[in-house]
Amino acid sequence: MTLKRASDDIDRSEPAKKPTPDTTLHTALPATPLTTASANMDSDDEFNSSQVSDDEFMADQDSDVSIEDDSDFDIDQDDVGFESQDKDIKPTKQTYEVDFIVYSPDQIQGHQDKQVDEVSNILGQPPESTAILLRHERWNKERLIDHYMEKQEETLESAGLGETSTTNPPRLEHVKGFVCDICCEDGPDLDTFAMRCGHRFCVDCYKQYLYTKIKDEGEAARIRCPGDGCNRIVDHKSLDLLVSSDLQARYHELLMRTYVDDKENLRWCPAPNCVYAIQCGVRDKDLIRTVPTVRCDCSHFFCFGCSLNDHQPAPCALVRKWLKKCEDDSETANWISANTKECPKCHSTIEKNGGCNHMTCRKCRNEFCWMCMGVWSEHGTSWYNCNRFEEKSGHDARDAQARSRQSLERYLHYYNRFANHEQSAKLDKDIYLKTEKKMTQLQNTTGMSWIEVQFLDAASQALQQCRQTLKWTYAFAYYLARNNLTEIFEENQKDLEMAVENLSEMFEKPIDLLQGLKVEMMDKTSYCNKRRVILLNDTADNLQKGNWEFNVTL
Amino acid sequence: MAFASRRLGKELTKMHDKLPPGIALVKADDFKEWLMDIRVIDTNPLYDNETYRLKFSFTGSYPIEAPEVTFQLSTAADTPRPIPWHPHIYSNGIICLDLLDRQGWSPVHNVESICVSLQSMLTSNTKKERPPGDENFVKYNTQRPRDINFVFHDNQV
Repeated sequence: MTLKRASDDIDRSEPAKKPTPDTTLHTALPATPLTTASANMDSDDEFNSSQVSDDEFMADQDSDVSIEDDSDFDIDQDDVGFESQDKDIKPTKQTYEVDFIVYSPDQIQGHQDKQVDEVSNILGQPPESTAILLRHERWNKERLIDHYMEKQEETLESAGLGETSTTNPPRLEHVKGFVCDICCEDGPDLDTFAMRCGHRFCVDCYKQYLYTKIKDEGEAARIRCPGDGCNRIVDHKSLDLLVSSDLQARYHELLMRTYVDDKENLRWCPAPNCVYAIQCGVRDKDLIRTVPTVRCDCSHFFCFGCSLNDHQPAPCALVRKWLKKCEDDSETANWISANTKECPKCHSTIEKNGGCNHMTCRKCRNEFCWMCMGVWSEHGTSWYNCNRFEEKSGHDARDAQARSRQSLERYLHYYNRFANHEQSAKLDKDIYLKTEKKMTQLQNTTGMSWIEVQFLDAASQALQQCRQTLKWTYAFAYYLARNNLTEIFEENQKDLEMAVENLSEMFEKPIDLLQGLKVEMMDKTSYCNKRRVILLNDTADNLQKGNWEFNVTL
Repeated sequence: MAFASRRLGKELTKMHDKLPPGIALVKADDFKEWLMDIRVIDTNPLYDNETYRLKFSFTGSYPIEAPEVTFQLSTAADTPRPIPWHPHIYSNGIICLDLLDRQGWSPVHNVESICVSLQSMLTSNTKKERPPGDENFVKYNTQRPRDINFVFHDNQV
């Protein structure tokens, strides 16, 4: 319905002007098959989020549609605006949820067209040039209007729209004595092209260059002149002259992508083949206070802040740190420090593989005691038996050793649980694939109807979602400094975990038992979902208020 | 490949004809991989009396796409080819130079101009250093130079 509205808007404003010949403004994206979006997802995390459909959480999300309907459909409308509006419509919004709107390609095109029209009226430039100017200023309307009013010529010039571009449209030329710097071909019959920067190349090379930029590198709005160090942007008039029509389609598609990329409150859904974009008012600076998980119409859950898969309750900054920590070799280093000792003098790493406590460092020849790490000479004659527990030198060295051991154990505690939930989610996914079979079997053997076996589907979805949340609670907990709040958090975590494991266990029961467990399973499913909401609300609430203390800086 | 071979053919003809001082063609049997030798002409204590070997790998889209250029180590007694010291050259021969990256590359460049650029990059250098993190990079990097996202921040050397 909103789609219609978008085009209505355009239609209403259209009659005022002559129909524009420009294709950028009114070409919709080439139809991309929407249906493939969920069908093509195969990675595990995507699987997680694509499964959820009609539990109560979804019902909440669906009400977003009504916001969309009521809103003025103005993309520039600030988040403040629709947030307050939203409170009236949706009083049940959970703390951990954020407001967002999903837009289809047509709607995005509509937004662009509307803005172009608006600015076009203000500047008195034809829409086609206005579009270039807007793209040039990265869709910052105010900045463009400012610049334009201040230095009109300069602004036009830098966007590749200087005076001569209207009187002197781009064209191909034959130039005497020309040698193309790219292919080194020459000849009086060679078609050549140059923009106003004067860097002239043969048409074949220019075409090849543009083809590579558009097709291989996915550039559009900011393709530069092939000349060395030249910053001139290839404007779309020149481009239309040079490239084939199918490439032009791709070019315009990419141009539209830059619109979403340039807008801070818009983001593409990262799911494979998904064509939707999400609008959300959460800014980068808000990301330490909130975790903006959004759900695309293709059913993919992702974080608006970083585009990764849903990682509530952990904020983006912690997620980045955690993933980096798990990925890089910092834990190997930790292992080393837990299992080896350093020479107290030259700090070479030493692993003791036998022998007595009298160590002689191979590198610096320092003699020390393996037990207390103190200097060997202080041991007097009590060889092979260290009883000198009070030496300061040894005390410090032992302290450092113990700290690193403890830190490793702490990390492993959280990592094992994080990894376990990831692994279990995968196993649950396998079970889910069997569930469908089970559901059909149940229908056949017990005569239950389709709707009556849906509880299995709901249970499976709850499992996936809760495990996703649990997984990230461990990364979150790893960075939490201990205080009273963490006690509550850990209680919540424990409750959810127990509920999930119970449900998971039930899920594995043989088919003939499942029917009898139906009520209990539905109970457990809804309990899991509730515990998850409670946990997320608690963490989100405290995050918003800045109550959490982390042992790292975000 | 036709596009690349035509251009490389022309470059080859020109190089057989004449090359700037300190630059020599070592091997160009096909249009996929060439070897070049460069020497620093001006006196620079870091590079005196040494010759360095460059390996060029071309794709079919050359010169629209930049070639992959690395220094190649050779320990042969008669033709020793070390990796030159430079804060932008890793000890495995990978070069961090914006000219060789997608952003800084222009199809106007060619094998000769790259050699000249690298020559001058060495000439002006006074630091006997490797890039920060060289040891780790050399040990763990599995990416090809063209896929590495270098950040070009340093215009001093």
